[in-house]
Amino acid sequence: MTQPSPSVPALRRAFGDAVERATVSCGDTIVYLRPDRVHDALAWLKTDPEQQFDYLTDVTAVEYRDPERPLEVVWQLRSLPRKADLRVKAALDPSAPLEVPSVCDLWNGADWLEREVYDMFGVVFTGHPDLRRILMWETYAEGHPLRKGFPLRGHFSRAEQTRQALAAAPEAHYSLDELSIAEAFHELPKDMRERLRRGERGFLK
Amino acid sequence: MGLSDPGRPDSGGGVQVSSVSPNWVTTRLDFLTNWARANSLWPMPFGTACCAIEFMATAASRFDLARFGMERMSFSPRQADVLICAGRLPFKLAPVIRLIWDQMPQPKWSISMGACASSGGIFDNYAMVQGIDTIIPVDVYVPGCPPRPEGLIYGIRLLQKKIQGESISDDSLREEHLVGPSGLFLPAERVNELSEPFGNSVSQTRSG
Repeated sequence: MTQPSPSVPALRRAFGDAVERATVSCGDTIVYLRPDRVHDALAWLKTDPEQQFDYLTDVTAVEYRDPERPLEVVWQLRSLPRKADLRVKAALDPSAPLEVPSVCDLWNGADWLEREVYDMFGVVFTGHPDLRRILMWETYAEGHPLRKGFPLRGHFSRAEQTRQALAAAPEAHYSLDELSIAEAFHELPKDMRERLRRGERGFLK
Repeated sequence: MGLSDPGRPDSGGGVQVSSVSPNWVTTRLDFLTNWARANSLWPMPFGTACCAIEFMATAASRFDLARFGMERMSFSPRQADVLICAGRLPFKLAPVIRLIWDQMPQPKWSISMGACASSGGIFDNYAMVQGIDTIIPVDVYVPGCPPRPEGLIYGIRLLQKKIQGESISDDSLREEHLVGPSGLFLPAERVNELSEPFGNSVSQTRSG
């Protein structure tokens, strides 16, 4: 299979020069889109009756060793009814602020995927409802570990890393929403409700 | 290791059995205390990786940890005697194991099971604690990747031996290693020294 997916000419018709180029690699079609048009194009790919890419398999990013090459954000799409795949990429200039629009409004599943890309690469997804670190703890100060400029053992000394990790106080960062206590609040025992009301584990929104 | 048979006055360490009555014995308090402690160690399993699979095998019927008085896994640190860290410890879990260790009442001991818990193992990177002895005091290190159940049992037997050599009059054994103003359990230079790369990872230059 060396033919590009029929979605490529359809994208060109709909978005014109926002489609920078398209290649086929190992039978998979890769479409490069202009970063500012990515959200519109992905929304179209999801809803257009010809396309129906209703499932977002993954959001990730790639940084190459060659410093001239741009950092790429990757959206891997799947159409469950059409049994078709499409890989969409946006090339970001590493010297400028790394920003792409969030697709959380299209696929709820993009929430944690985009948080992971933000945590590991420092790409900011504009419009994301809750863009926090997800793998490293929230007060992690060394940077974004999967960037090529990040040393394997981290920037700080081991003692400093240990000190900062021990000072992280993980319980302070649990949101009650994530623990689903907020919905179950009225079913909790009375003493627990009292303690939550006093703010023992953070306040309910 | 048990208390001696009254019929055999030469058996058993430190126990003298009275010939007057079968209903009482005299012994050294240290011996009795240590005998009781060493044979009823309740483990707090802190399993984070494949070592925990071997730990489960150790606790299951074939290797049967219950033979050593450890059948009662204590998933609450409040009722635990020995913390067994089975697996690699990422920095994100460092405050968690520190909290669990602080929640365990004295007397308490800890076993570092496997290469990663003892030294960081193959994970000489930004995310991993290079040996849990930079976070909490460790009594016995069990080598292996992961250690076989026999290895862990050998480590547990070593810990029992260590406990039998303790004395309740020695306060230093129960000393709490309080965290200093830096928040570290050891001096910073000591943590750096313990975390130095070794073996194959010395020749890796990627971290500069």
